[in-house]
Amino acid sequence: MAEAKGVLVLGEIAGAELSSSSLELLAAARKLSASLGEEVAIALLGDTLDVPAKTAISHGADQVYAVNHPQLRQYHPDLFLAALETLCREASPRIILMSRSNQGRELGPRLAFRLGVGLAQDSLEIALDPATKKLMANRPVYGGNAVAVVSCNATPQMAAIRPKAYEPLAADAARQGKITSFPVDLKPEAARSRVVSVVKEEAKGVKLEEARVVVSGGRGLGGPEPFKNLDALAKLLGGAVGASRAAVDSGWIPASHQVGLTGKSITPDLYITVAISGASQHMAGCSGAKVIVAINKDAEANIFKEARYGVVGDWQKVLTGFTEAVRELTQG
Amino acid sequence: MALKIAVLVKQVLDPEMPVAAFRIDAGTKRVVPPPSIPPVVNGFDENAVEAALRIKDAAGAAVTAISMGPSFALDVMKKPLSMGADELVLLQDQAFDNTSDAFFTAQVLASAVRKLGGFDLIICGRQASDWDNAQVPLGVAELLGVACISLGKKVEVQGAKVVVERLIPDGYEVVEASLPALVTVSNELGQPRYPTLRGIMAATRKRPTIWKLSDLGVAKEQLQPRITLHNLFVPQRSKVCEMIEGDDAADAGRKLAMKLREAKLI
Ligand SMILES: Cc1cc2nc3c(=O)[nH]c(=O)nc-3n(C[C@H](O)[C@H](O)[C@H](O)COP(=O)(O)OP(=O)(O)OC[C@H]3O[C@@H](n4cnc5c(N)ncnc54)[C@H](O)[C@@H]3O)c2cc1C
Ligand SMILES: Nc1ncnc2c1ncn2[C@@H]1O[C@H](COP(=O)(O)O)[C@@H](O)[C@H]1O
Repeated sequence: MAEAKGVLVLGEIAGAELSSSSLELLAAARKLSASLGEEVAIALLGDTLDVPAKTAISHGADQVYAVNHPQLRQYHPDLFLAALETLCREASPRIILMSRSNQGRELGPRLAFRLGVGLAQDSLEIALDPATKKLMANRPVYGGNAVAVVSCNATPQMAAIRPKAYEPLAADAARQGKITSFPVDLKPEAARSRVVSVVKEEAKGVKLEEARVVVSGGRGLGGPEPFKNLDALAKLLGGAVGASRAAVDSGWIPASHQVGLTGKSITPDLYITVAISGASQHMAGCSGAKVIVAINKDAEANIFKEARYGVVGDWQKVLTGFTEAVRELTQG
Repeated sequence: MALKIAVLVKQVLDPEMPVAAFRIDAGTKRVVPPPSIPPVVNGFDENAVEAALRIKDAAGAAVTAISMGPSFALDVMKKPLSMGADELVLLQDQAFDNTSDAFFTAQVLASAVRKLGGFDLIICGRQASDWDNAQVPLGVAELLGVACISLGKKVEVQGAKVVVERLIPDGYEVVEASLPALVTVSNELGQPRYPTLRGIMAATRKRPTIWKLSDLGVAKEQLQPRITLHNLFVPQRSKVCEMIEGDDAADAGRKLAMKLREAKLI
């Protein structure tokens, strides 16, 4: 194997474009490459890669490995892994970055095991140690109650980055980069699982991950009905509805609304929590929110340690006054 | 022959313990277990046991719970048995004291699975609530070379295949694979059953199989940690919350709206 060099980003395609989490990875990779003095490459897998390849270059990639293959048109973990393993062995990067996204959750650890190396999982911040040039990752552990600083002992060093932990760089259409096609040989029988059907839970209105305002409800709401009030408020604010795991586990709202460590990571400008206690595992999904508002009847609730504005009181009464005033302010 | 199912269960610090009880020893880079708060079976692993028992109820199966750690609270770790699992295998050794390295843990667990003669289905939790690694099961699947389906909310065995409802961000997909396979499950699977009195009695009589590292025949170089932990600390919060008050709760709500308007947030 050649000497390990450079940073390789494992890109993801959403629709026909590069995913927003891949743009975030490119921003993180550029920081590393600046201190390393080495290139940023990105791996793209699929069957039509021209558009995302150009996007990748304008957002920070020096080199695109376009792994074009009809079998890669749709995501399949086993086939993607086979392609990525081949590419990583061939390209021999010093560092591999991927998103702790839905795909990254299964590809990251499996790829690390295939390469026989360690993976710094779910990292919030990565940097090079100035002395050793080793990749250091800060990763929340114990549900966010603690942060571990870890490094990888083997090469390539791998880190999975939590979605939204980094801001993408602004696109620069003048940036230059090389697009290299990387042919792979895939055996269809490598795919050991088969998707039989997909069931989508209808998400009306603004997407939770993209909403500027999110109104989230917790166990203290006491049932499914109050989520209608949250929904009405979210509509007034042009936002989306989120929930704690306790509300999801109670069956009051579908799992796709869950915010947190094992739910969605969101970074709205305004995050309004209603009857949520603010457990670290919940906050793990919303710590990137610009302003957090807490409505809770318990003045001692942890959420008040995380919030910028707080109201202590019964959610129903507080929310009635709040929604009325919002209606006047936004429609009056 | 009856279906053989393994469930991988980890003993963890109770993640629901009060934040005030959470302490780190900076020197050893470890969380200090509070003496008054007993450990628990990792929550998602209880979901995994439940998934296995549902298959056992439906089709019949022999369910073995396997756990690796330096020491165990036996009454806690017998919970899978009291829920209805048939066997408990404890991989117990001081060498397992540092369990934050997924590579190490997966190697040990995979060796135990091999020593037990392999399984048709291995069910794991999606992640352990101590190091939140979400890596060990995927590693075990890779090391054993079996099919791998993660984030199940429903797991069924149909003949020689496993059919899983797998969570995706906006719903779920139905995925199937031929056995042998490994599946991880999430809390969306539903409440784990409570042990019955009968189950608890049966569990008290059962003796776990206990193996040390040397019983497993794992090559030393396979146990080289892949990750170094440099530091472990409690993140500092610098936020100060501005409390909004009013004549009554509704008035406080109105004032909150005004405040957010002033701050140009709405
Ligand atoms: C490994 C792991 C992963 C997890 N992942 C997630 C995750 O992704 N997302 C997540 O949310 N959780 C997650 N959790 C669960 C988390 O630890 C908490 O249990 C959960 O967030 C609590 O939800 P809650 O705040 O709605 O409920 P509670 O903690 O029960 O809080 C309810 C709050 O409502 C308040 N309240 C009650 N009645 C009223 C009223 N009338 N008016 C106003 N306030 C009222 C109470 O004062 C209380 O503060 C995870 C846990 C583990 C172990
Ligand atoms: N020490 C262990 N003993 C048994 N099972 C484990 C152990 N560590 C991890 N697992 C299994 O792997 C899952 C994910 O763990 P982790 O990768 O550590 O987050 C857990 O939910 C368990 O099912």
